Amino acid sequence: MRVAGIAFEEVSKVFPDGTEAVRELDLQINDGEFMVFVGPSGCGKTTALRMVAGLEEITRGDIRIGDRVVSDVPPKDRDVAMVFQNYALYPHMSVYDNMAFALKLRKEPKSEIDRRVKKAAKILGLDELLGRKPKALSGGQRQRVAMGRAIVREPQAFLMDEPLSNLDAKLRVQMRTEIAKIQSDLGVTTIYVTHDQTEAMTMGDRVAVLRKGLLQQVDTPESLYEHPVNLFVGGFIGSPAMNVVEAGLARSNGGLVAEFGSHRLDIDSEVLGARPGLRAFEGKRVILGIRPEDMEDATLTPDAPQARRLSAVVDLREALGSEVLVYLQLDVPQVITEDIKELAADTNAEEVPEEPAERSVLVARLDPRTRAKKGEPIELLVETKRLHFFDPATGLGIYGDGSSPS
Amino acid sequence: MALFYLLPVYVLVITGLKSFAEVDLATMWKLPSGLHFDNFIAAWDALRPNLRNSVVMSVPAALLSSLLGSLNGYVLSKWRFRGANLIFVLFLFGMFIPYQSILIPLVLFLQRIHLYGSLNGLVLTHVVYGIPITTLIFRNYYATIPTDVLEAARIDGAGILRTYWHIILQVSAPAFAVVLIWQFTSIWNEFLFAIILTRPDQWPVTVALNNLAGSEIVQWNVQMAGALLAALPTLLVYIFLGRFFLRGLMAGALKG
Repeated sequence: MRVAGIAFEEVSKVFPDGTEAVRELDLQINDGEFMVFVGPSGCGKTTALRMVAGLEEITRGDIRIGDRVVSDVPPKDRDVAMVFQNYALYPHMSVYDNMAFALKLRKEPKSEIDRRVKKAAKILGLDELLGRKPKALSGGQRQRVAMGRAIVREPQAFLMDEPLSNLDAKLRVQMRTEIAKIQSDLGVTTIYVTHDQTEAMTMGDRVAVLRKGLLQQVDTPESLYEHPVNLFVGGFIGSPAMNVVEAGLARSNGGLVAEFGSHRLDIDSEVLGARPGLRAFEGKRVILGIRPEDMEDATLTPDAPQARRLSAVVDLREALGSEVLVYLQLDVPQVITEDIKELAADTNAEEVPEEPAERSVLVARLDPRTRAKKGEPIELLVETKRLHFFDPATGLGIYGDGSSPS
Repeated sequence: MALFYLLPVYVLVITGLKSFAEVDLATMWKLPSGLHFDNFIAAWDALRPNLRNSVVMSVPAALLSSLLGSLNGYVLSKWRFRGANLIFVLFLFGMFIPYQSILIPLVLFLQRIHLYGSLNGLVLTHVVYGIPITTLIFRNYYATIPTDVLEAARIDGAGILRTYWHIILQVSAPAFAVVLIWQFTSIWNEFLFAIILTRPDQWPVTVALNNLAGSEIVQWNVQMAGALLAALPTLLVYIFLGRFFLRGLMAGALKG
């Protein structure tokens, strides 16, 4: 299979009504790479994908597939295959004909068509269903046919537009693994669009986070999780989402301490070494990000240091078996920024009030041995090495001296 | 209500079966004394060439106007170009032009292209007059075909015509059934264009039926039998094409 990278070169898309769906997107996708575009609805991820397919014209900039600029090449000559969110099968054709259609149009010899369709059917477990019409298939089977239609093409790139969003949760997890495996077996460059951060994290070699048409950050899932470039990415990646509180940074025996409400967390020299930019915020306010999984019930750790503890009251306890989610009331005002409003709108969480509430609710993911009970106080141990810091003015993560990621 | 509407049909059928002597206003609701099928034979003999004319005219006119409507509907719903809406509105205006208002220019035009008096001229007129309604029905039907499916075909390598042929036309049977029934029925039953635009030897059955009456006495029994004969083909078309009123030809294209 001829595999090719895909490059976006300052690509912009402005719709006739003036909406700027994609703004100066600059991105290099390597040969055989699985690239995930993720972001809330309306962030431009699908538009970016459709521009690669040729279904959407490019307003400015260029897209390359391999070493060929395809901006003015019609879809059929771009040598890409697309999997649609709604599958978009041809309703009057059998599974076999659905898969063979593109090859027939190209006048491939019958034997070659047959070979490729049978091979794809085998990969996808559709052998028994080749004679059926789409209406006689289940949702998962239709999804497979849509995949098969892409595979038989042996294209330079796969383009997938939220292909799993119409499946039920269990099937979605199964297909997630299957698609990732097929992609790595075939080694075809893939762009995969999703709004589900779990899909993005589990499937992508690299993940590009988009927001309002602007590329926020593109990196491996691990780096996105550990070094989010701004509050938006920090809040979007990870589930349950990162907790945020506003804190003041004060000097304390050579190091810094983050103070919020009646709570104090030590920021030791190790953290300061990794984030020299924090020094500039001494005496100022920062937004502190604490991931739910970076907190633990302090009673489970013998001699947990006082300087890394939080005390709160348990609001709600959700036992999930392998872990317990605990919702906590904290006596610090809620933080509301543009990023947070946007994230809340995307997850359909309760309305973010215009006036910040007096108290914040935090989520902690605790070991199932915790004795946390609803309405009772709890002491939490915070993994301060894994705290995140953001500039309240810009929302940018605080890392090196220039407040930019190191 | 249904009974009320069926009353004329009742009179039509029983009168068609009566002998000439039995036909009288005073006894018009009474059943015939016996079944006089000779009325039908007489009407058939008189109308046969005109029935043939009607078939030769209606079938191609209905087919052509449906096909053109299908193509128009496809382009207007799925390959929208600048001004597509305006053109569609202009198409719709075509439906509201009364036949009478265009008769003189129509006759002059057909004379100019040497089709006046022939069935072909009548076919052409019906095809053109049918385009607005067929376009409207097909456009609305095609609007329900998901655009994703056509985009998939585009990426698979099908252009505008091959998408029409391989995808659109294949799922059009229900729309064709509706449009063909509608077009065939209205073209078959049409009278004004038929009488104006054709010579007597080219008359369709509607015009001939009117002239069957003669001038002195009207043989109502033969007249009614003729009317039944003239109505039969539209009924047959309805029964035959009605089978294609299948629902859900698009089933399975999208998520379940």
